[in-house]
Amino acid sequence: MKVSPRHALAVWKRNFALYRRTWMLNLLPNFFEPILYLVSMGIGVGAYITEMGGTSYIAFIAPGLVAVAAMNGASFEVTYNAYVRMNYEKTYEAMLTTPIQPEDVLAGEILWAMTRATLYGGCFLLVIAAMGLASPGRALIALPLVPLTGLLFAAIGIAFSLRIPTLDLFSFYFTLFLMPLFLFSDVFFPLEERLSGGWLQLAEVLPLLHPVRLMRTAFDGTLSAQVAWDLAYVAVLSLVLLWMAARITRRRLTA
Amino acid sequence: MVIECSRVTKRFGSQVVVDELDLSVPAGGCFGLLGPNGAGKTTTLKMIYGVTAPTEGSIRVFGEDVTKHPRRVRARLGVTLQENALIEVLTPVENLRVFGRYHLLSEAKLDDRIPDLLDFLDLRSHAHLPVVALSGGFQRRLQIALSLVNEPELLILDEPTTGLDPAVRLALWSRIGELRARGTTVLITTHYMDEAERLCDRLAILSEGRRLVEGSPRELIDAHLARAAVEIDQDPAHHASLLARLNGVHHLKAGRRLMIYGDDGPALLEAVQRAGGDPAGLVSRPSNLEDVFLALTGTGLDGDA
Repeated sequence: MKVSPRHALAVWKRNFALYRRTWMLNLLPNFFEPILYLVSMGIGVGAYITEMGGTSYIAFIAPGLVAVAAMNGASFEVTYNAYVRMNYEKTYEAMLTTPIQPEDVLAGEILWAMTRATLYGGCFLLVIAAMGLASPGRALIALPLVPLTGLLFAAIGIAFSLRIPTLDLFSFYFTLFLMPLFLFSDVFFPLEERLSGGWLQLAEVLPLLHPVRLMRTAFDGTLSAQVAWDLAYVAVLSLVLLWMAARITRRRLTA
Repeated sequence: MVIECSRVTKRFGSQVVVDELDLSVPAGGCFGLLGPNGAGKTTTLKMIYGVTAPTEGSIRVFGEDVTKHPRRVRARLGVTLQENALIEVLTPVENLRVFGRYHLLSEAKLDDRIPDLLDFLDLRSHAHLPVVALSGGFQRRLQIALSLVNEPELLILDEPTTGLDPAVRLALWSRIGELRARGTTVLITTHYMDEAERLCDRLAILSEGRRLVEGSPRELIDAHLARAAVEIDQDPAHHASLLARLNGVHHLKAGRRLMIYGDDGPALLEAVQRAGGDPAGLVSRPSNLEDVFLALTGTGLDGDA
């Protein structure tokens, strides 16, 4: 069945109503995460690094950290939260007693994950602009990449959540998937200077690498053909995973 | 007919959960689905509101094929699930608003509708407390209020009063009565025979996915048992000798309890006492639905099934 945008929006509004009440507990702490990295790595470690990728170290890591903020914002929502709503709180079961269809539930949740990604990434962009690490114009160009990154990691996260038999497996997802992505996706050092030919090509599978490169391009304005490849990667992987997630969601919710 | 199920079968793998079920629910009444846990009641409900498709057979709700038009059908019905699915950090008013949006009701429409629902289910005093602070009775009433937010023509209640105290149950029964008086059709599943006898015009008893019988509570009792029952609570070792002395009387056993049926209550009680039934453990009462259920399935309704 096709997604009904108005029903998907009703699902989104459910989450919005919930977080309007609990944002101090559930949303606020994560705002500080990228700022802490920026200060520790950028200013702390950065003091020992004269330049990286042609700029100061703090300016080098800033764009990547925007992508990381978006990745984390989307990931929380489609992992633990979506899993609990599906398996414990019976939220989706209740939704499906109304005209809402499984595809609407999925679309609403993805939209909400993108919203959360945009909140985190957007606020961090503001901080970066305020610190003079990006001009307002560049920050504005980078902004649409934030929900796009959110979409990618919402799709990856929900595909994982729909396939695991127990909540405990999320610790693998966070520690052995998102964490390595965070550390090895061009955020803290340029991969192309550290990896040789074959390894560098293999690194192209890393999902975070592409949003980070896109973000960097938005910040420094040097367009290349790689932008098309990065955008295509994000779009195609997101769509394939969402198509798969839609099929599993329908199967799971209509059993 | 509001609901018409014909030869509906639902299989999960090789397991048959609902087996060639025929069911017709007329408009305006209260129809009960009874049966032990695992009888297929909840699966039947899920097929009726169109979240699960039958493996075979057809289901029409409001005359429409629910598998083809689930959105249209569900817009006109309300469902209270067995387990509450409330947003605990939000208040009843906020929960109603969120749920109303699932039906695409406008904010203005919800402004009108929510106070009515709060009044109808006596929730007004707790309307602005977080759900987590409410008692089980309040939470259940709120869950029922959610299923009424779209003014449904058909209300489906899956074990609405399980675990509630008697006062809340009585209050809910009277609300269900009021809804029926306004023309709402009610489909209810329950483990409680008193609830079924009190609420339902018609009911079907299911066991292992099959419909054993269907009729009004009175019809079912009359068709299957004599009017009076004497219940004996005694060591099962004595049951056989007692029955031998009563000579071929209609009876049912459930653990320590032995039920004996006859048309004349006082005469039956006297006969049982003469046969040596321990007077301290005797109860004389009219036959009821629970007896019918026991007679048909050989299982008690509230537990050991």
